[in-house]
Amino acid sequence: MKQMAFAFLLGCAAVFTMGPSAYGRSDAFKENIYDQGPMKPRDSHLKVKVGEKAPDFALPAMSGGKVSLSQFHGKHNVVLSFVPAAWTPVCSDQWPGYNIVKELFDQHDAVLIGITVDNIPTLFAWTRQMGKLWFPVLSDFWPHGVVADRYGVLRSDGMSERALFVIDKEGIIRYIDVHDINQRPRLEILMGELEKLPR
Amino acid sequence: MRSLIVFIVGIWMAFSMAPDALAADGPRPGKPLPSITLTAPESPAHKDYLGLSGGGSFHIPQIKARVVIIEIFSMYCPHCQTEAPMVNDLYKKIEDTPSLKGKIKLIGIGAGNTPFEVDVFKKKYQVPFPLFPDPDFVVHKAVGEVRTPCFIGVRLNSDGTDQVFYQKVGGLEGVDHFLGLILKQSGIDQEQ
Repeated sequence: MKQMAFAFLLGCAAVFTMGPSAYGRSDAFKENIYDQGPMKPRDSHLKVKVGEKAPDFALPAMSGGKVSLSQFHGKHNVVLSFVPAAWTPVCSDQWPGYNIVKELFDQHDAVLIGITVDNIPTLFAWTRQMGKLWFPVLSDFWPHGVVADRYGVLRSDGMSERALFVIDKEGIIRYIDVHDINQRPRLEILMGELEKLPR
Repeated sequence: MRSLIVFIVGIWMAFSMAPDALAADGPRPGKPLPSITLTAPESPAHKDYLGLSGGGSFHIPQIKARVVIIEIFSMYCPHCQTEAPMVNDLYKKIEDTPSLKGKIKLIGIGAGNTPFEVDVFKKKYQVPFPLFPDPDFVVHKAVGEVRTPCFIGVRLNSDGTDQVFYQKVGGLEGVDHFLGLILKQSGIDQEQ
């Protein structure tokens, strides 16, 4: 009897978890988003800490050339936004939100850098649906996820976490949010952290 | 074997018991609007626009209007961003048309958006009509987890009932075109 009740509950749970997800998905992507359902919220171990020097990197940018972290040293605060993968539900509506708040980043003298482990052609096709992005989008595709791994946000399936790193002008990490991969970080929290940076 | 059968029956029952939201197809025209509770706006102008008195929460049918157009949007949605000026034009057109002003009201609900995020959208696009946050997707789930933007037309009847007469995901396809559909499908054009 207990087994039957368990099976019944399992059946119900299966249906509800298979249902559409509450991502507020934009019609801009129509049916092109691959939804693999809820994922393990976090699947990596950080290799950096607040107060430490952020590891430098240079990655190919979607717009051409390479962008390095060190090029902003002494000039701007930096926000690194790792998102797990192109064409997935939450990622597809995180950067379009950042795309309309350049002024808020500017107010804090911060540049935003988007990073995924996808290759450039994929990033090109995907970000075209978002309109023209004002911030650089970098590909951590090859060697696969090397920067994500250096920061400790590379998941065991090869995607990165949904993670935000705030790095000050001296290159010191001031804030880390390795977010539940299934949810979008709230903008006001990031802005609050930028507010704390020395002017 | 028996457990497998019970599992299958469980799935079937869950589907049949699941709310309309599970179908992800939004409110169905001809049906009442799912219950939506919103917090009254702080702005006196917006409160006045909606015909609300006092603070606290309210339900859509309490809005003083014959027809309410609800835009389910998100600050994070590129199409919502692109459409925002046109939706503002829609509001202006309604307000500038004496025969429509007061009869048709427009509100926006930010799916998954916090008050801060809704405020960012409002300021960025200078949205003149009331916008409401829905940070935990409560309203979004109630209306079927539709893609954004989604426009829902609700007719508020004099007997206190309400009825969805229009629901569409995607852009307006022109203010005049959209307004024409709203007038025709709500039946409000017959009353003028």
